[in-house]
Amino acid sequence: MPIFSYLAYPVQGSKAQLHSDLAALDFCEVTPAQNEDMLVLVTDTPDEETEKKLQEKLKTLKSLESLGMTFGHTDE
Amino acid sequence: MDITRRQFIKSAAAQSAVASAAVLFPGISFGAWKNVDSGGIEWKKTPCRFCGTGCGLLVGVSGDRAVAVKGDPNCSVNMGLCCVKGYHSIQILYGKDRITKALVRKNGKMVETPLKEALDLVASKMQETIKSRGKDAVAMYGSGQWSIADGYVSSKLFKGCIGTNNLEANARLCMASAVTGFMTSFGLDEPMGSYDDIDQADVFITWGNNMAEMHPVLFSRMLANRKAKNHVKIVDFATRTTRSSQASDRSILFKPQTDLAVANAICYEIIRNDWVNWDFVKKHVSFHKGKTNIGYGTQDHFKFKDKAETVDFEAYKAFLEDYTPEKVEKLSGVPAKDIKYLAALYGDPDKKVVSYWCMGMNQHTRGTWINNLVYNCHLLVGKISQPGNGPFSLTGQPSACGTVREVGTLTHKLPHGVVMKEGARKMAAKIWDVPVENIDPKPTYHTVEMFRALDRGDIRFMWIQVTNPMVTMPNLNRYRDGAKKDDRFIVVSEVYPTPTSDVADVILPAALWIEREGFFGNSERRTQHNEQIIPMPGDCMSNTWQVIEVARRMGFEKQFPWSEETYIEDIWNEYTRFHDNPKHRMAPYNDLKAKSGIVWPYVNGLETKWRYNAKYDPAAEGDSFDFYGKPDRRAWIWLRPYEPAAESPDSEYPFWLNTGRVLEHWHTGSMTRRVPILHRAVPEAYVEINPDDADRMGITNGIKVKISSRRGAVTMKASINGRGRPPRGMVFVPFFDESYLINEATLDAFCPISKQPDYKKCAVKLEIV
Repeated sequence: MPIFSYLAYPVQGSKAQLHSDLAALDFCEVTPAQNEDMLVLVTDTPDEETEKKLQEKLKTLKSLESLGMTFGHTDE
Repeated sequence: MDITRRQFIKSAAAQSAVASAAVLFPGISFGAWKNVDSGGIEWKKTPCRFCGTGCGLLVGVSGDRAVAVKGDPNCSVNMGLCCVKGYHSIQILYGKDRITKALVRKNGKMVETPLKEALDLVASKMQETIKSRGKDAVAMYGSGQWSIADGYVSSKLFKGCIGTNNLEANARLCMASAVTGFMTSFGLDEPMGSYDDIDQADVFITWGNNMAEMHPVLFSRMLANRKAKNHVKIVDFATRTTRSSQASDRSILFKPQTDLAVANAICYEIIRNDWVNWDFVKKHVSFHKGKTNIGYGTQDHFKFKDKAETVDFEAYKAFLEDYTPEKVEKLSGVPAKDIKYLAALYGDPDKKVVSYWCMGMNQHTRGTWINNLVYNCHLLVGKISQPGNGPFSLTGQPSACGTVREVGTLTHKLPHGVVMKEGARKMAAKIWDVPVENIDPKPTYHTVEMFRALDRGDIRFMWIQVTNPMVTMPNLNRYRDGAKKDDRFIVVSEVYPTPTSDVADVILPAALWIEREGFFGNSERRTQHNEQIIPMPGDCMSNTWQVIEVARRMGFEKQFPWSEETYIEDIWNEYTRFHDNPKHRMAPYNDLKAKSGIVWPYVNGLETKWRYNAKYDPAAEGDSFDFYGKPDRRAWIWLRPYEPAAESPDSEYPFWLNTGRVLEHWHTGSMTRRVPILHRAVPEAYVEINPDDADRMGITNGIKVKISSRRGAVTMKASINGRGRPPRGMVFVPFFDESYLINEATLDAFCPISKQPDYKKCAVKLEIV
C-alpha cells in the first residue's frame, strides 16, 4: 500500500492544466503552490500493481515537466 | 479527532513535500494545504542524529513505535525544517537485520550469546590483555555520533581508571584540524559565532564546502536570507562543481591544496588596498610563525611538534610578498581578478562576511594551516565575533563538538584541558575519584597511529563504538588486515552488521539515539537533550551503560555508581563540574530537558552567541574584544606558507582522487542504506568524471571504471555530468557504499599538527573495465 509525495513541475505555462490533470487521476491528491510554478502531489495506492499503473499514467501527462520524490512509504 | 495510521503517513508525506519545496523556494506558499491534526500521536523532541547541524526533530510516537517525524518549530537551528535524512530518520530504527542480541565469535563463527556473558568476556579479555601486555595494549575508538555520556564514561574508564590514553574517536577524521586551528589562533576550541550569523551576514564564502548537500538546512537559511535581501551574495570556493556551486552567486574553482596560497593572496590584497582594520589589529591581534616543511605522517611513529615564534606586522607583510594574486593565479588556477574579488568582499567595511567550511579544509595535510589562514582573512579586517561576521567551522557529526571536543575523547584530552597539564589531571582525578597518578601525562596514539599500533601488535584489544572504521580508514587494506590478525581482540557496539562488525570477536547490540536518553552538542556550541522515546529492541543497551557494565566488572564500581534510572542525569551533573566557569559553563539538566537546545557558555540563564566580544560574552573583559584564550589576550595571525599535497598526480597516476558524502546517505550508509527511500534515491556509489576526460578516454555514463592508486583499486560505474562535476584531472567518489571501498585507494597522510587524514587528495589512474 504505497504512499509517495512529490514536487510536480509543470511544462511552462501549464500549471493550471497540470493541476486539473493530476486532480482527475485516482489515488492522487494535489496542492498547488500559490506563488511558484510547482505543485505538491501525494499518491496513495492500494497495492504495487495499481502503483505501477499510476506511474505509467503520470508519465503520459503532457502538462507534466518532471516529478521529484520527497517521501515514500510502503508496507514492505 | 481520530485519524488512522495511514492518514497520518499521508500527512507526513505532504509535509515532507511542502518542506522540500520550502528549501528550494524560500517563501513558497501553499494556501490550500492543511496540516492534518495528529490526534492519538504523541510528539517528543530530540535532536537529529545525523549531521552536525543539530536540527530539532519532533518524533511522533504511537504505542511503542516511532511513526513520524517533523521539524521542531521551537528549535532555532532549523525552525521546523528538516532535510531528507532527518525526515526519514526514524526508519533507521526498523531495518530488518537490526542487531538485537550479543554475538561472540566461537570456532570462527558469530554465535548468539547472552548479553551478560558477552559483557563478562569483554571485561575479562581487557583485564587479561592489560595483565599480559600492559595498559597501553587496550584501546577504545569512539565517535562524533556518541552521545555525550558515552564519551564521558569511556574517558573516565580508560584515562581515569585503566590509566591509558588509548582513547580516540572518529571525529579525528573529520574535525581535528578545526580544533587545532582554533587552539592555535584563539587558544580555545569551537566557533565564536552562532547560526544567528546566517540571518545577518551580507556575504557567505564557503571554502571547499558543499553545504547544499552536507548541511542543507543551514544552506536553506542562507538562501532564505538572500531571498529576503537582494544584496546578499553566496560565493562557492571549491575544487569541484556541486549543487552548492549551482545555487551560489559565484563559483570559483581552485586546484587541490592551493587554498593555502589563495588565502594568503586575499590577505596580501587586503593589506595592499589598506583595507586592514587597524584599530582592531593593533588592539587585538598578534603575529606568529611556526615550523615549515612539516611532513605528512605517512610513516609509522611519525612525530611533529610545532614551535611558535612571535613576529611583527612588517614580517607578515614581507611573507605575503610571495602571494600576489598574479603569482597565486599560476599555482591555483584561480584568476587574479577572482582573488581580488574575494579580498574585496572581506575588505569592504560595509559588508558583513561569514566564512563556512567543513571537510574540504579539515581533511587536508595542512588542515591546521588553512584554518589559521581563513582566520587571518577575518582578523585583518576585524570581521569576527559579531552578529553576521565571523569564521565558522561546521562539523560533520551530531556530537563531534559535544562529545569529542568538549568531553575530550582524544588521546591528549581530558574533559577540561589536556593530559600533559598537571592541573587538568588533578581536576579530573578529583572529579573522577581516582589517584592522580592513574592519569598518564603522555598522549599515546592518534587515530591513524592507533590503527597502525593495532596492525603492529602494540595494541591487542580494541573496543569500537558507533563508527565503522573498516570503511572509513584511509589506506584501508593495511588497517583491515591488522584488525583481522589472529591475536587481536575486537569488540564492536553496533546497530547493524558492517564491515567493522565483520572483524569483531564480540558484537554488542547498541540502542539507537531515541531508544535511550542522551545529549548531543552541535556545531554552534548548542547542547541538546533527548529523553528515551521508545523502548530498546531485544537485548540492546545504550553504549554508556555497556561501558558502565564492563567498568564494574573490572572492579571500578566506585567510579560508576549510578542507577539505570538516573545515570544520564547523574553523569551530566558530574561532567559539567569540569566546565563550571564563565568561558564554558553548560546548562543544567532540567533546562536542557525543557528546551530544544542551549548554547554554551550559559551564564545566569543566558546563552552566549558571540564569544570574545564583551557586548555578548560575560567572560570577556573590557568593553570590546577580548581573546582570552591566549596568554596575550589577542587572536593570533599565523604566517603559514603553501606546501604541496602529500601525493599529487603524475604520469602514472594522472588524476586527483577526491572523496566525500552525498545528501541522502549518512557517512558509510550503514543506517541510511537500510531506509528504502534513501537507498533507492542513491542505490550505489559511483565515480564522477569530468566530461572532457571521459570523452578523451571513451568513458560513458554507467560504464565500469577501475580506479587504482598505489595502495588499492575499486571498480565502479562512471557518472558524467551528474550531481557533481569535478574539473579535468580529478575524480570524485562518495564513500557511503561498503560494496565499493574507496578508502582502499586513499592515502593515510595527515596534517602533522591535527593528525587528521586528507581524504581529498591522492593520485589515481582510471581504466575502463
